[in-house]
Amino acid sequence: MKRSLRRWVLSCLFMLAMPVRAELVIEITQGIDNPTVIAVSPFAWQGVGLPPEDVAYIVENDLYRSGQFTPVARENMLGTPSRDEDIFFRDWRMVNAQYLLIGSITPGAELVADFALYDVLKQTLVIQGSERAPTSDARMLAHRIADRVYTALTGIPGAFATKLLYVAVTPVPGEKDYYELTLADSDGARPKVLLASREPILAPTWSPDTKEIAYVSFETSRPAIFRQNLTSGAREQLTAFRGLNGSPAWSPDGKRMAMVLSKDGSPDIYVLDLATYQLERITRHYAIDTEPTWMPDGKSLLFTSDRGGRPQIYRYDFVTGLTDRVTFEGSYNARARVAQDGRNVVLVHQQDGDYKIAVYDIETRRMTALTSTDLDESPSIAPNGSMVLYATKQAGRGILAAVSVDGGARFNLPARSGEVREPSWSPYLPKRP
Amino acid sequence: MKQRPQFRTIATVAFLSLFLAACSGTDTKEQEAAAAAAAEAQAAAEAQAAAEAAAAERARAEAAAELRRLEDAARMAGNVVYFEFDSSALTEAGRAILDKQVALLKKTGASVRLEGHTDERGTREYNIALGERRANAVRDYMMVNGIPGSRLESISYGEEKPVSYGSSEVSWSQNRRVEIK
Repeated sequence: MKRSLRRWVLSCLFMLAMPVRAELVIEITQGIDNPTVIAVSPFAWQGVGLPPEDVAYIVENDLYRSGQFTPVARENMLGTPSRDEDIFFRDWRMVNAQYLLIGSITPGAELVADFALYDVLKQTLVIQGSERAPTSDARMLAHRIADRVYTALTGIPGAFATKLLYVAVTPVPGEKDYYELTLADSDGARPKVLLASREPILAPTWSPDTKEIAYVSFETSRPAIFRQNLTSGAREQLTAFRGLNGSPAWSPDGKRMAMVLSKDGSPDIYVLDLATYQLERITRHYAIDTEPTWMPDGKSLLFTSDRGGRPQIYRYDFVTGLTDRVTFEGSYNARARVAQDGRNVVLVHQQDGDYKIAVYDIETRRMTALTSTDLDESPSIAPNGSMVLYATKQAGRGILAAVSVDGGARFNLPARSGEVREPSWSPYLPKRP
Repeated sequence: MKQRPQFRTIATVAFLSLFLAACSGTDTKEQEAAAAAAAEAQAAAEAQAAAEAAAAERARAEAAAELRRLEDAARMAGNVVYFEFDSSALTEAGRAILDKQVALLKKTGASVRLEGHTDERGTREYNIALGERRANAVRDYMMVNGIPGSRLESISYGEEKPVSYGSSEVSWSQNRRVEIK
């Protein structure tokens, strides 16, 4: 076993050339009441020719998608200032803008964006700053500016400069479906296929440092857990046990991985030490124990179990070795994911026969349904805890959708073609030096 | 076909016996009697061999017919058993199908994959566990009925490989299944 555990497979070169079919499209369906009106004036480009991206447009869309902002349409702008001295606040009050963001981009060894955010009513500067990125990464530059604006105006850290993983499925009539494990920006842009297969791929998840991912692939005709380095593309098959090999979940310190194996009979939770490959069995129950997820402090695990008859969320405490039941409301609560605050748990909750996404407050034990559709699953929470990305069905087709944790904002992310499922929102990307 | 050279030998022996008898004249009667006895014994042995061959042929044909019958019965029953919602209990109809498959497996000694599936409701990983529970229910039934566990492998795909893509009970009931492959 150990040798096979350490088997590294370099197999990703061919994937770089793959065409991407499952690009996501954003459809905003609901914003909060009285959103903040912000005007993002087109950023000035200090180079020759055309800028690599319309940075202001990306910033504007990020803020709009959060549901908390309404951008001023460009055709309504009475001017497009990019310098402090060109601003006429009266012009912005006339289009009801509460805030104004201006900026300019200078090319060089790297792109440098200088930006400034103003309060239109008070006619004061809120923040100003600059961001740098390689020319090929102008979109990430825009997302980082959006994060800084969002943080300044809401007090909550922004999570636009993050990534998404999802599985795109293209049905092929008369043949097996075509699965593509895909990586994209948080707005669905720049999709890149990491793995393509004719056999199912599921449960993609991130390492805490965002350098690696893990997932379950049936490519060997049996389920197996793989890890894959996002930079080098190197893959390692971590498990090949008889029976289930599923639900990989990295510990917050990145050193261990929780998973589900049924090699000893029924599905139980195990923890694999990623340095020594020692496997520790966590649960021993004849019922189904599955879908482990770590609490942010790494001291306990939440998991789904039907040991009480129906699937409910339980918690295993590494310190005491005890297991206790967490959810009681409703006949089906499964696949929990915990926000960084260690308090809000998003999960799949059955209500009136429908499978919905709900948020459960561990402290007050209050369950709140966030969606009103059916067949909602695979919730994944943004690293700032503000939005939940999940999979649902729209007119019989699998799409991704997002809802804010307060239920106020919603948007859909269908693929241009085919189906998409199993979203996984990345942790914060490491800060650039 | 095999018997023809033997007939030729017998004919040669008989001819030589007659020829020798005609020449010597003294022991003719004894020789004639011995030759007749030998021919008789030969004929009896041949008849037995032919009968045995025919019996073996009949047994082979019967076995082939039995296998065909079992195969037909298994094919008629199908290689898919269905389950109720969120259940891994075998139904009456399911057991009837498995009985036919077990009878055939006993005859062929083949190994099979038991692929468990669920409908789309509920979470994917929980459904994979539920699909395995279904595959194991089939495996346990087959083992109780005499198929060694070493010839049975349970694999669960959960809701990943539906046969019907709709979101209604009509589709769901077709997707809650174990396929014997």
